[in-house]
Amino acid sequence: MSSNQNILVKLKQAGLRINNKWLVKDVSLQIEKGKIVTLIGPNGSGKSTTAKIALGIYKKINGEAKKYTNKVGYVPQKISIDWTLPLRVSNFMVLTENLKEETINDALSLTGVIHLKDKNLGDLSGGEFQRVLLARAISKKPELLVLDEPVQGVDFTGEIALYELIKKISEELNCGILLISHDLHTVMSATDHVVCLNGHVCCSGSPIEVAKNNEYKALFGEQASQILSRYEHRHDHIHTNEGKIKKN
Amino acid sequence: MLDDFFIRALIAGLGIAIVTGPLGCFVIWRRLSYFGDTLAHSALLGVTLAYSLEFNIAISVFIISSLIALILIDLQKRTNLPGDALLGLLAHSSLAVGLVVIGFLTFIRFDIMGLLFGDILAVTTDDIFIIWIGGPLILIILKLIWKPLFASTVNYELAEAEGLNPDRAKAIFTILMAGIIAISIKMVGLLLITGMLIIPAAMARNISSSPQMMVIYSVIGGLLSVILGLFTSLEFNTASGPSIIAAALFLFILSLLKIKQSIKLKN
Repeated sequence: MSSNQNILVKLKQAGLRINNKWLVKDVSLQIEKGKIVTLIGPNGSGKSTTAKIALGIYKKINGEAKKYTNKVGYVPQKISIDWTLPLRVSNFMVLTENLKEETINDALSLTGVIHLKDKNLGDLSGGEFQRVLLARAISKKPELLVLDEPVQGVDFTGEIALYELIKKISEELNCGILLISHDLHTVMSATDHVVCLNGHVCCSGSPIEVAKNNEYKALFGEQASQILSRYEHRHDHIHTNEGKIKKN
Repeated sequence: MLDDFFIRALIAGLGIAIVTGPLGCFVIWRRLSYFGDTLAHSALLGVTLAYSLEFNIAISVFIISSLIALILIDLQKRTNLPGDALLGLLAHSSLAVGLVVIGFLTFIRFDIMGLLFGDILAVTTDDIFIIWIGGPLILIILKLIWKPLFASTVNYELAEAEGLNPDRAKAIFTILMAGIIAISIKMVGLLLITGMLIIPAAMARNISSSPQMMVIYSVIGGLLSVILGLFTSLEFNTASGPSIIAAALFLFILSLLKIKQSIKLKN
């Protein structure tokens, strides 16, 4: 059931053209509360651009893009912090919204970086910084989460744990998530709707449907298709931060 | 008490330092030092217009500087020239036009040195009022736009995506910059205003680990620079602007010692 008030973002043949070159064209999709939509596609296929269109970062777009909420958490793909800014993790957490100390601590604990709270942002490793970015985005308890490669640079066990966390958050907060991911296993296990991009929407639907699509096979190869269609998600344990396994 | 020129200068200078502290931090964070220079240079045009029309200097400078800022934004959209070239173009042409206009105003005797480097003798009771009304006003507005301005300084797209309207904050900040230049031009002089913005903030950067701390140290640094600079100016009969900036430089050098220490501690 998708009544209108559950829709958080709606793109209708949205596209962006810069210097007479289409970065992405004719994208239609919608994000609803409690649902995870994943964008997949090769490098340069317009995934990040589509996410930014959905967020309303670009002002001059073709087609239509409507955002029905202002409670947004965003994890950008690239972010560089200038050394001229003395910025600690605790300062960064309240960048766009003031939060209670407790809320900040909870979010940092969830992503496993509470011990870095007083560290300078510039001193973090890539994976640590990524965990802080995710903590900041979820701490606001947003209605819409946009995660652009949220686990890049995170170690393998951490990656699985963070994806579990993202899924849990979407259920707990009942927020809509737009996820950009390279990890096809993850896409299968957590996603409600997959949009496969290659400058335009090449196919979309449930993960199984996409896996069977011929255009998808042409883009990612037969093997990727097998990963997707064979995938069955059975998890009977949780991976904690130190790489330990906890049985459910 | 306000009769004494030195007390007047001190009160005016301290009022300016409280405002340049936080604004200077943003100038450093957003890499706007050349932008500050451009606005300050255009202030000369504002001063000459004020003289020729017998208008209040601060208000005239404020209007001209805001205008130059608007022209800059417009040129950025309309041309393909890089930002620093546009800044140079506006800075030098407005300075030049200002000086040419001075040439025409033969009936007024100008103290060019005073305009360029500041003059404590020139600070009147009116100036003090303008500083202590305009200054707190600038600080209140800065406090109101702090969140979007700071967030977009860290990352523009993050601020825009999460609904903070960074473009509006940037526009307001530009006007605040014109404001601080307008109220401090008589005291510090138009060639040195950017120094007053940058040097205490740079000193503060060396000894702070959070943005709030940097703002506080920057204000303290500015206040100390004014006190130290003005007493030197009185004692050795030097121009007020350069004396204040030299004092700020002195504090900056002291702050370098602290960096050396902390590097030693790390090793």
